[in-house]
Amino acid sequence: MDQSTSLPPRLAEILDDFALSDRQEKMELLLEFSAGLLPIPAGLVEPIGQPEPVPECMTPVTVYSHDQQGRLRFYFEIPPEAPTIRGYAAIIQQGLWDATPEEVLCIPDDFYLSMGLHHILSPQRLNGLIAIIGHVKRLAARALASSSSTHPTNL
Amino acid sequence: MSENRYAHPEYLVETAWVAEHLNDPSIRLVESNEDPLLYETGHIPGAVKVDWFTTLQHPLRRDFIDQSEFEALCSQLGISNDTTVVFYGDKHNWFACYAFWLFAYYGHVHLKIMNGGRAKWVAEGRPLTKDIPSYPPTQYRAKSPDASIRAFRDEVFRHMEQKLPLIDVRSPQEYSGELLHMPGYPQEGAQRGGHIPGAVNIPWAQAVNPENSTFKSPDELRTLFQNHGITPDKEIIAYCRIGERSSLTWFVLKYLLGYPKVKNYDGSWTEWGNLVNAPIEK
Repeated sequence: MDQSTSLPPRLAEILDDFALSDRQEKMELLLEFSAGLLPIPAGLVEPIGQPEPVPECMTPVTVYSHDQQGRLRFYFEIPPEAPTIRGYAAIIQQGLWDATPEEVLCIPDDFYLSMGLHHILSPQRLNGLIAIIGHVKRLAARALASSSSTHPTNL
Repeated sequence: MSENRYAHPEYLVETAWVAEHLNDPSIRLVESNEDPLLYETGHIPGAVKVDWFTTLQHPLRRDFIDQSEFEALCSQLGISNDTTVVFYGDKHNWFACYAFWLFAYYGHVHLKIMNGGRAKWVAEGRPLTKDIPSYPPTQYRAKSPDASIRAFRDEVFRHMEQKLPLIDVRSPQEYSGELLHMPGYPQEGAQRGGHIPGAVNIPWAQAVNPENSTFKSPDELRTLFQNHGITPDKEIIAYCRIGERSSLTWFVLKYLLGYPKVKNYDGSWTEWGNLVNAPIEK
């Protein structure tokens, strides 16, 4: 996979696992990731902040980044009844664990295509996923521009 | 008949009824969610899953699975022609109503919605399991599609020209054209915003109690629709963005209020808002 070379190694590995799986296995993998989403560590984020009003069919998602000497860790607040979005967030969380802001900004927006997620998820879902990576990148851009340690953003 | 009674209460069951019928072989519970993985995290014991996108939609063209594919689906889920199928799901039963509508389209007779859906079952602390059940395949025979509950674009066009009632069940922002699509969801959007001329805006969620996802009382529902001139004597077409929210409105009008002539326009705004030369009102 050409794009793997520009991706953080753990993310490239996850994408390969998905690419090699059939539809059913992709669903199972996503479910496993969903169960492994790490909670926001106590004390990391101050008040969670008021999420932006969310139109009825969107899952309310809040993304946080934690900057440790130029290495980023992303945390997500997503309701338990949205396992698909949680699974996708966990892929980003694990795949970009301790990535530099520059690495995050280099990820292609359509990286989910190589995972074949468009075979199992509706266009509406995929757009939600694209929106999440967009917000993750915004946090990375802010991390580049600022030295402050915690940046909440709302989706 | 008491005024404050649903017109066809046999199409609605409560969670307690479902709990008492978990081992009834004449009943098949079907979970239909917006989130395609929610069933796998735990579901009502014995329930099977349908996914609106990967199970109910045609894999190639924009349409539902055809009659023979529907028969194969029912057979695989252990549903016979005389099985009572009870649907429930997330988001106030929104996709449960969508699945119900498709089953009605192919003529399945015994259909019910579990009032309050998945959220109410969970809130009441009722059991969930991750065990995926399997049932012996059946010899299912579907009927020809029931054209009386589905509207295609040409019919919607005539309906509009004759100034017959249309209900747009999307949010006020989508209805007004302020939003072309859900923020961040461009692929489900349309080239133009607004609504079909003459359509009234009755957002779908106004038919449910937000605190427990149950349907509002017959009186409340009757008032909601009649206040907008939507009365049982008329032919009515409901639509939203892809026909899923409007299938809940269709269920409410047809079964809870007993309106005889209601159709769901599943092409909805993602078709109309992209049609060249189609009239639009803002």
